[in-house]
Amino acid sequence: MSEFVSVSEIFPPGKYLLMGNEAAGIAALLANCKFFAGYPITPSSEIMNFMARYLPLVGGTFIQMEDEIGSIMAIIGASWAGLRAMTATSGPGFSLMQEGIGYAVMTETPLVLIDVMRVGPGTGQATKAAQGDVMQVRWGRHGDQEIIAIAPSSAQEMLDLTIKAFNLADQFRVPVILIPDEIVGHAEEIVRVPSEDEVKIIERKEPESVADPHFGGDGIKIASFPTLGKGFNVLVTGSTHNEKGYRKTQDPEVHRRLAWHIVNKIRKNRDKIVSFSIEGDADANIGIVAYGSVYRAALEAIQIGREKGLKISVFRPITLWPSPDRELRKFAENLDFIIVPELNTGMYVLEVERITRDIVPVYQLNKIGGGIPIYPEEIIDCIIKITKVK
Amino acid sequence: MTTELDHPFIGKYLRPEVMPHVMCPGCGNMSIANAFIRAVDKLYGSFENFVFVSGIGCAAWIPSPHFLADTVHVLHGRPIPVATGIKLANPNLQVVVISGDGDLAAIGGNHLFHAARRNIDILVILVNNYNYGMTGGQLAPTTPLGARTITTPYGNPEEPFDLAELMVHAGANYVARWTIIHTLQLESSFKKALQMEGFRFIEVLSPCPTRYIRWNLEKYEQLLEFYKNNTIYVNIARKKGVEEGKIVIGEFIVRDRPGYIRRYSELRKKAIDLWRREKE
Repeated sequence: MSEFVSVSEIFPPGKYLLMGNEAAGIAALLANCKFFAGYPITPSSEIMNFMARYLPLVGGTFIQMEDEIGSIMAIIGASWAGLRAMTATSGPGFSLMQEGIGYAVMTETPLVLIDVMRVGPGTGQATKAAQGDVMQVRWGRHGDQEIIAIAPSSAQEMLDLTIKAFNLADQFRVPVILIPDEIVGHAEEIVRVPSEDEVKIIERKEPESVADPHFGGDGIKIASFPTLGKGFNVLVTGSTHNEKGYRKTQDPEVHRRLAWHIVNKIRKNRDKIVSFSIEGDADANIGIVAYGSVYRAALEAIQIGREKGLKISVFRPITLWPSPDRELRKFAENLDFIIVPELNTGMYVLEVERITRDIVPVYQLNKIGGGIPIYPEEIIDCIIKITKVK
Repeated sequence: MTTELDHPFIGKYLRPEVMPHVMCPGCGNMSIANAFIRAVDKLYGSFENFVFVSGIGCAAWIPSPHFLADTVHVLHGRPIPVATGIKLANPNLQVVVISGDGDLAAIGGNHLFHAARRNIDILVILVNNYNYGMTGGQLAPTTPLGARTITTPYGNPEEPFDLAELMVHAGANYVARWTIIHTLQLESSFKKALQMEGFRFIEVLSPCPTRYIRWNLEKYEQLLEFYKNNTIYVNIARKKGVEEGKIVIGEFIVRDRPGYIRRYSELRKKAIDLWRREKE
């Protein structure tokens, strides 16, 4: 028997009243995350506080670093040494971590990061919800790349999707970033905590022979992960490198191969990564695209709409990146218009437009300041206005 | 006939594919590598279990790609937090950071001080070449007052850091400073530091012939003479004081405070005991 405490001893399977941030902490433990490095920042600190308390019990290691840059780099180191590793941050801290995320993309390092979105730019409103990081999460770094970004919309999803994030990170050797808004991170809801046995963990594959590549590939198959300390003599570098890690910064062909691989391994595997959900009336002529806490309002809008004779269907991207583009196009086919409510000045609406604008008109509903949620009635009012104009 | 590629370290400690190495003529970097490998060879006979972490700059290239071992070449300024993560995730590994003064003391300065404070069990070899060699010879936080660089063409108006003293006060378990003419002392320092726990810091003065020396001295040889005549051992310096312009070398401190790894594993035991007791 292990000297350590098991996760199910600490959190016996069952129902709990949990904050989204705490649910993500339990999920990390269940997903066998054994390393967390972080730096205090509102509104994500509860995740770090949770890990500081529980990681030592399960045999893991928690460290509070000197800044967010140190945090992201420490989890990259721990990941290379063979552990599932995570950090959590918000707004300004997420900005500081961008260079490290780019390094993780280039070195194909699996890691999980939770960015609990608050109001920006700058210090903004530290305690208030926003959805202003949905483009930064995709485009915040220099260079060509793809990452996976997931938007949970409830405390239960903070648990389920954090577990999923660890599996995706290991499977595709890529940073997986969860971007709940502050409302999702802080709202307390009933969460079902599964047993350790119920949690499916996809283990990292290690190279089988010395001839196996350590990096790169054809954009579909992912190289096995050569953990440090196991005799692979691995060369990890953020510079352009070949399949064995040797720097080849003067060789355009090596760079092309590597860059297309790190992009295509997400694009070409999108069917294994993309997730979304559709709710509402099957014969709807009005579409809402919403994610995070706003998705919850959109769900209520369906019901309110019905009472007013409106037929509404809600499309929710769960993976914001890669976006569920084909599925969204199909969703848009029979609609009169789409409305995209967001807690920002219009960000993901740009992606929705890119995907659907030749099929339907796309409208945006935006709310910023003070972290006030978008209420279902506001979505309905907006829909009615658009219907009248049309 | 022997060629320059015939060396007992090549194939065992150095990757044959990248030999001959890329350092400039007169650069001290591979002398440091030589002293380090001799220390490892005598102590362990191989690089097994070693992980090297380096940042951006000439000194960072000493391990990556030259060392036939696990090497992690990271972002500018960030080798210490990466090394911290590696060591905490697998405490059985011998984690060594080899990087330059700009990398570790300027952009990465925050990590350096905090790693010494928390006494994380890594060895940091800081190669001080007084400037940013790779980017063309700019001012570093170690450039002496008055020295010329490409960004201080009229002389440096700033005081440099005394990194060894800084590390002593930040809490490192071992601190030493040598120059590239003190290769035997350097080798002994490496041997001693490799066998200790906690944070260990060795600064090696290895000025850059291609950039820094060209701006400040007429001949490279003057530098070696300068080191011979202007270095003073720390024990003598502490008794008699240091004259202006002298460089203090030697072992600045040897402590045996518990390293972070030992402290954290005690914390873990305490946490588990507490949890079990509360549950009863």
